[in-house]
Amino acid sequence: MTTRVIGKPLPRVDGRAKVTGSARYAADFNQPGQVYAVIVSATAGLGRIAGVDSAMVESMPGVIAVITHRNAPRLPYGEHKSYIDPAVGERLHVLQDDRVRFYGQPVAIVVADTLDRAERAASSLKLAYEAERPIVDPADPTVEAIVPEGARHADTSRGDADAMLAGAPVMVDETYDIARENHNPMEPHATIAAWSGDRLTLWSKSQFVVNEQAEIAAIFGIPPENVQVICPFIGGAFGTSLRTWPHVTLAAMAARQTGRAVKLVLTRKQMFFTTGHRPRTLQRIAIGANADGRLTSLIHEGAGETSRYEQFTEALTSASGYIYSCPNVRTRYRLRQLDIGTPNHMRGPGEASGIFALECALDELSYSLGLDPIELRRRNEPEIDESDNKPFSSRSLMTCYDVAAGHFGWSRRTPEPRSMRDGRLLIGMGVASATYPAYHAPSSASVRLLPDGTAEVAVAASDMGPGTYTSMTQVAAETLGLPVEQVRFSLGRSDYPPAPSHGGSWTMASVGSAIRAACIAVQEKAVRQAVADQRLTVFGGAVDAIEWTGGRLRRRGDPSPGQSYGDIVSSLGKPIEAEASSQRDPDVAERYSMHSFGAVFVEVAVDPDVGTIRVRRAVGAYGIGRVVNPRLAASQCTGGMIGGIGMALMERTVLDPRDGRPVNAHMADYLVPVNLDIPKLEAHFVEEVDPHVNPLGVKGLGEIALVGMAPAVANAVFHATGKRVRTLPIRIEDVLTV
Amino acid sequence: MIDREPPSRNAEAASRPFPTVIVSRRAVLQLAGGAASLATIPDASAQPAPASGQTSEALERVRLIVNGDARELELDPRQSLLDVLRETLDLTGTKKGCNQGACGACTILLNGRRVVSCLTLAAMHDGAEITTIEGLSAGGELHPLQAAFIEHEGLQCGYCTPGQIISGVGCIAEGHAGSPEEIQFWMSGNICRCGAYPGIVAAIADAAERS
Repeated sequence: MTTRVIGKPLPRVDGRAKVTGSARYAADFNQPGQVYAVIVSATAGLGRIAGVDSAMVESMPGVIAVITHRNAPRLPYGEHKSYIDPAVGERLHVLQDDRVRFYGQPVAIVVADTLDRAERAASSLKLAYEAERPIVDPADPTVEAIVPEGARHADTSRGDADAMLAGAPVMVDETYDIARENHNPMEPHATIAAWSGDRLTLWSKSQFVVNEQAEIAAIFGIPPENVQVICPFIGGAFGTSLRTWPHVTLAAMAARQTGRAVKLVLTRKQMFFTTGHRPRTLQRIAIGANADGRLTSLIHEGAGETSRYEQFTEALTSASGYIYSCPNVRTRYRLRQLDIGTPNHMRGPGEASGIFALECALDELSYSLGLDPIELRRRNEPEIDESDNKPFSSRSLMTCYDVAAGHFGWSRRTPEPRSMRDGRLLIGMGVASATYPAYHAPSSASVRLLPDGTAEVAVAASDMGPGTYTSMTQVAAETLGLPVEQVRFSLGRSDYPPAPSHGGSWTMASVGSAIRAACIAVQEKAVRQAVADQRLTVFGGAVDAIEWTGGRLRRRGDPSPGQSYGDIVSSLGKPIEAEASSQRDPDVAERYSMHSFGAVFVEVAVDPDVGTIRVRRAVGAYGIGRVVNPRLAASQCTGGMIGGIGMALMERTVLDPRDGRPVNAHMADYLVPVNLDIPKLEAHFVEEVDPHVNPLGVKGLGEIALVGMAPAVANAVFHATGKRVRTLPIRIEDVLTV
Repeated sequence: MIDREPPSRNAEAASRPFPTVIVSRRAVLQLAGGAASLATIPDASAQPAPASGQTSEALERVRLIVNGDARELELDPRQSLLDVLRETLDLTGTKKGCNQGACGACTILLNGRRVVSCLTLAAMHDGAEITTIEGLSAGGELHPLQAAFIEHEGLQCGYCTPGQIISGVGCIAEGHAGSPEEIQFWMSGNICRCGAYPGIVAAIADAAERS
């Protein structure tokens, strides 16, 4: 390992493909003889389809098929549940009955020879509904909070939090309401489906190609090996492509019914219907503290919305158990089932929402105590994870605060709300902690050494933008001792060695560790080959007496150039291949609590007359273990901070209470940050060596980059205005009265 | 914002051999909106329905010069320029993000000016010169802005990138890349959901300085 490419700020290996338009996303794989499918979405929010008048549409120019529940094939829908699916409930069975469960549910699919004809025909299809009024508001008094079945940590408790709260010298007890958000990646979901006999190829947007393969095989009742899913590029996803949604089934169904390759792309509007969303959450945080700022009690109760047919759960309250030291902690997590589509993980799932409530409450407590918010956190820094009494594998939260505070200039802040101004603008500075678990899922990888001395690495992994192509190339190059130019990494095919879902900040830990293992395995194979090859200088050497240095094999201490991979493979006359798997050492999981931590600082300016809020600058510092590529990490991290600005100030999907229709299902009405919204952002990674978490020492970055931003903004808004806003997004009208 | 002629392209546009229609973004919006509502008036669907597979729509002969290549096309007048590029010409570098003119992923240069091709009906642009991301690099050499996007991390997932780069070329040509703030303002029609904005601004500033 002499090349030291891990840790180098290399530019993206796929940069050229992306800037020339040659990177192909799902909808770019036009097939010969391809026809177009367009989904018709229910315009009722609950009820049943009472009538379909498809005759006129069937006779429209170019129309090949109109498929509804009346004529759709009854699909086997064999049992299939991945860890990415809710543990309780059953996926939507599309076009299998007349029930409408939520607004926008697919109720028909129209196939035509051109896109415009298919769109025209789909918009002309007339359906009649027997509609009922859906319930889409989790705060509706008729909605019961249910205990998620089988959830491990729906209720946790240590000490007696309620009793200690009642007697606490200082306390905060507040509720928080975070809006439903939609992921809104730039690339709409898309699937091109083509059957060849009983074999199906799907060019489909997916963060989990092996699961999409298995799920579609189960739905259609065919062997998984008959399904090939291809997805070399993902145009952003943020969680929305973790699951396989109904449109994939519809594309495959339409292709089978018509005998043609079918392209199906969701409209932007349809992206708000059936592809998951960050659930709206309602939370309560109660904190009791001594006058010196030591926490004596912490209560975190939260409920997330879910559909009637599946129980989507996320780790809403988990962090409250470990992020600070507190002897008395009680958490409660509930679900509220509504007439909506099932929510899904969205960047920083659970923690982003839960930490918002906790960190806002802690900020509020700091004012009650008259204590600097960073000092409050310092006084409650735990020595171990008190939720399970395990040591942290690494934890740099206070270092993050120190580093970020220095870069931010926190010492210039005057603590009193409304005490800082820039001309007529109110200036506020806020902080918040961030955390996210350092997961590690089982993954496999394969490596092939070729006669020209290059290596090919393949995993059925994904790259939705963080730079998986580049960072995995670095891991392989470093392990093999090759320059990155001599390593080609491929991903995004379901027939490659299986990878876990591309989410939860675990891709580098999981896939990277598997690649490292496969590289080591192929080196061992090459050694065994080399010592048995009379034409090579290491012939006859003892395996443990020779070593790889800089991609060359030689006897230990031998100054000669030794043998390259190319020499060994050429002599053998065929590539040397190895496949290996990696998963978390169960012993490590048993012994350590493993999480990333970070501290986020934000400055906002609020116009006191019109209530506009702008983030003026933000500084985050993060302890995420080893950083494989600082250049990509910085970009990924500031990107996550921008997502957090959206969560804090812009994003919410508004449902019409009459029929559950998302009224702002449009890129102009669902607000996301645009270029001019973005101030100077700084992401710092503190030096952190974690020898336990995984062989690469990486803890993940994608999620924590977003977590912490929204509460830091809200706390800054309070500092600027004196107005505590406990709903997200914070809107003009929330601060107008200041 | 598009009404102002980019000075460097103007002379070129005037000397083109084909008649062109230069339409402001506002005018395109109005026209596209008009066409869309026309397509849904009751009369249109009340006409006797032809048998399946028959073509009743009149096709328009449209000549487009796409990345320097003259293309003679017979187009459904409802087709957006974006759909013609992607589905008819298989130039899939230009992306569809929202199909409603709100995200900028489909930005192309139409007679030298940046437009959102999803809101632009192809049939309205007979004779027009179109530059897409595929036409930006000459002979395998990257356009300076393409190289700058790689160098300054102006992208993550890459999906908005063709639109960002084309829009950036337009932004520089318009003279709107004089400062980071000016770039941010004039690039705010191109959404990057990954949040690569700082890199996008740096790339455009760098390329503008070098151009």
